[in-house]
Amino acid sequence: MKGAALFLAVFLACAVEAVEATTIVLAAGTARNWRSALQGTAAGVGLLAVTVAALGPAVSAVPLRALRLVVGGLLLVLGLQWLRKAILRASGHKALHDEAQIYLDEIAAARTAAAEKKGVVDDWYAFTLSFKGVVLEGLEVVFIALTFGSNQHDLPLAAVAAIAAIVTVAVAGIAVRAPLARVPENTMKFVVGVMLTSFGMFWGAEGAGAKWPGGDAALLALVPAVAAFSLVLASVLKRSAPVPSSRTVVGPTASWAGEP
Amino acid sequence: MSALLGRLKVFGAFWFEFVVGDDWRIAVGVVAALLLTWGVSRSGVPAWWIMPAGVAGFLVVSLWHATRKARAARRR
Repeated sequence: MKGAALFLAVFLACAVEAVEATTIVLAAGTARNWRSALQGTAAGVGLLAVTVAALGPAVSAVPLRALRLVVGGLLLVLGLQWLRKAILRASGHKALHDEAQIYLDEIAAARTAAAEKKGVVDDWYAFTLSFKGVVLEGLEVVFIALTFGSNQHDLPLAAVAAIAAIVTVAVAGIAVRAPLARVPENTMKFVVGVMLTSFGMFWGAEGAGAKWPGGDAALLALVPAVAAFSLVLASVLKRSAPVPSSRTVVGPTASWAGEP
Repeated sequence: MSALLGRLKVFGAFWFEFVVGDDWRIAVGVVAALLLTWGVSRSGVPAWWIMPAGVAGFLVVSLWHATRKARAARRR
């Protein structure tokens, strides 16, 4: 169960961020220069890989209780941010993340910028746009993969989940040559928010000295309880939503970003 | 010197946004709940319930603030 939960949480978090990064890279490549956009992507992935290589052993060397306290707290803050936004989107209080619109905005901005050659990079704008997109979207993924992997003593499984998600999204992006607008991004963010919040609570409390009833089995109650509570909150908030929308159904079938 | 300060500000703002995010109340609530858990667990009283209770409380508060802010903005 814990291995499956680890894989699912890292895979979904990574896939969501990879969708956002793919949108930016596609915009940089389409509107500007594919070679420079891919160079920026490679440089971004390289920087993230160096970060993982440097932080991985360091994180593994921290005593487990201190690791769980700090990492549990950080995961909880991160998870609650995701969950909060997903609830606001599912209830119609926040606009859905629309990859198609973001893509059009990035294309429009990219077309107005001047071209500049620097070293082996033909188009510096396309390079930096891709680089920033990959690094910024990838940092959360690195943090989630490292912390989940080290806490569960299974960094290789976390790494496999992260790589599987990136490859899946990249292949899909290359295949359609368009933003992955039909990915149920809000639903995925909702699930990741629930997982991060549950694991963050569990590890944070353990790190602070609490003993969970049933030990690790408490997670089997914690995850569905957080999901149910969040669904209730989304359902309650939906009643006061500014514009009732057919696109914002509460629950796992809800909120397809970019749904026509 | 001012350019360096500007870069430091941008760097600090990035990490603040990355860790704390849209609502600082969540980060403050998490730290307070962890401290309370630590204090209660040291006294020998079961402390596992503090985190779920705290999370439920400050998630509701954060959502209430977000929707209230949005409603106020729409009225203006």
